[in-house]
Amino acid sequence: MNYWLIGLGVVVLLIIFLYNALIRLKNQVGNAWAQIDVQLKRRYDLIPNLVKAVKGYMKHEKTVLENVTKARTSLMQAGNIHDKAEADNMLTGALKSLFAVSENYPDLKASQNFLQLQEELVGTENKIAYSRQYYNDIVMKFNIKIEKFPNNILAKTLGFSQKELFETNGKEREPVKVEL
Amino acid sequence: MKVLQDEVRQNIWKSYFIMVFFVLIISFLGFIIGYILNSQLFGFLLALFIALIYSAIAYNTGESMVLRMTNAKPLAKHDFPFVWHTVEALSLAAGIPKPEVYIIESDALNAFATGKKPEKSYIALTTGIIKKLKRQELEGVIAHEISHIKNYDIRVMLITAVMSGIIVFLSQMIFRIAIFGGGRNRKTHPAILIVGLIFIILSPVFAQMIKLAVSRRREYLADSSGAVLTRYPPGLADALEKIKEDSHVLKGANGATSHLFISNPIKKKAKSLFSTHPPIDDRIKRLREM
Repeated sequence: MNYWLIGLGVVVLLIIFLYNALIRLKNQVGNAWAQIDVQLKRRYDLIPNLVKAVKGYMKHEKTVLENVTKARTSLMQAGNIHDKAEADNMLTGALKSLFAVSENYPDLKASQNFLQLQEELVGTENKIAYSRQYYNDIVMKFNIKIEKFPNNILAKTLGFSQKELFETNGKEREPVKVEL
Repeated sequence: MKVLQDEVRQNIWKSYFIMVFFVLIISFLGFIIGYILNSQLFGFLLALFIALIYSAIAYNTGESMVLRMTNAKPLAKHDFPFVWHTVEALSLAAGIPKPEVYIIESDALNAFATGKKPEKSYIALTTGIIKKLKRQELEGVIAHEISHIKNYDIRVMLITAVMSGIIVFLSQMIFRIAIFGGGRNRKTHPAILIVGLIFIILSPVFAQMIKLAVSRRREYLADSSGAVLTRYPPGLADALEKIKEDSHVLKGANGATSHLFISNPIKKKAKSLFSTHPPIDDRIKRLREM
């Protein structure tokens, strides 16, 4: 009888331990996602300033500016992780073409305001990339953890499910062509 | 990932081990002081008292002491916005809060990280390294420093610096007492005095050796976990190449702080058992092979 009790105790402890580990990881995933979101929001807020700064100089590059604005809007409307990743990619591409085109406008390149915004946006771009890398690392860890035995039994009964990676479909990954 | 976690746990554990080890040396030094003063208990208590006060103060003010000794000043974001952004980006990649960024006005190419825990840590960069490295190279350097922070290397290094400071201080004290005080009616056995003196001479060497053992392997680890962060090992390899070629000497770096830097600020020609850093060529080679 006593052995049964000890056995039961061990099992209960094990479950508590596993459960806590899963919860910790799940919170890390949530936190990592929040970090991406902060950076996405930051870039989202910077873009109107950029458009304003650039408009006066780039009179003949309407489509480039429109693409940026369009991508920004679609990022705002994106609901799930996958859509956000797609929209984010689109925005990255659009900004890249904008900065490439800006090379043709010496006046613009001389503007302190523009240079500052460019640095700010490139920096934010980097932060998005790195927080995304961290998020994907953590999600991978979480997904592997809940698939392993015996965690999978516990995860299933408690309703933990696989988290989605922040990534796009393969084809959009290619470098965006810049049309001049 | 797993390896890194073990390393973190080991580092936290190691910090305690180092402390115990140093306390032992310090008590022994205390007995020697006691022997000279004809009261072991008094000597022991005195050494313990000094060690406790010293380590409490030094540990609590350690990072600001290090920053002051190296003449590091807080960086204003608008001075080097891209440095600011890079530090923030890489701390996001490592999943730690952003360290405070400090600048050392110097043409030398160097950098270090300090602090006790990732939640409150500091990265210092020389103006030389910011100006002479390309973005990707600087990213490699900063990733290396962020790894030191994430792995709790900074805590181990800080404790070691503080503790070896105490030992040097105590041995100097004994030296003075032995020479200037207690010399009048000494009944001590000469053999014990000799052993004591040898120990006094050796203890700073011990302290130094521990510092080395602690720091050398750590550099390789920070190199590789830094490369995991940037996913681009050549960045740091190129940076180390430039650091190697550079001949500027960092003023303000001395024996007490040299083990904190990414490359030894006190440039010595001869490779020795006592260098705090692994040979830079070897580090570059390992990074190139990744």
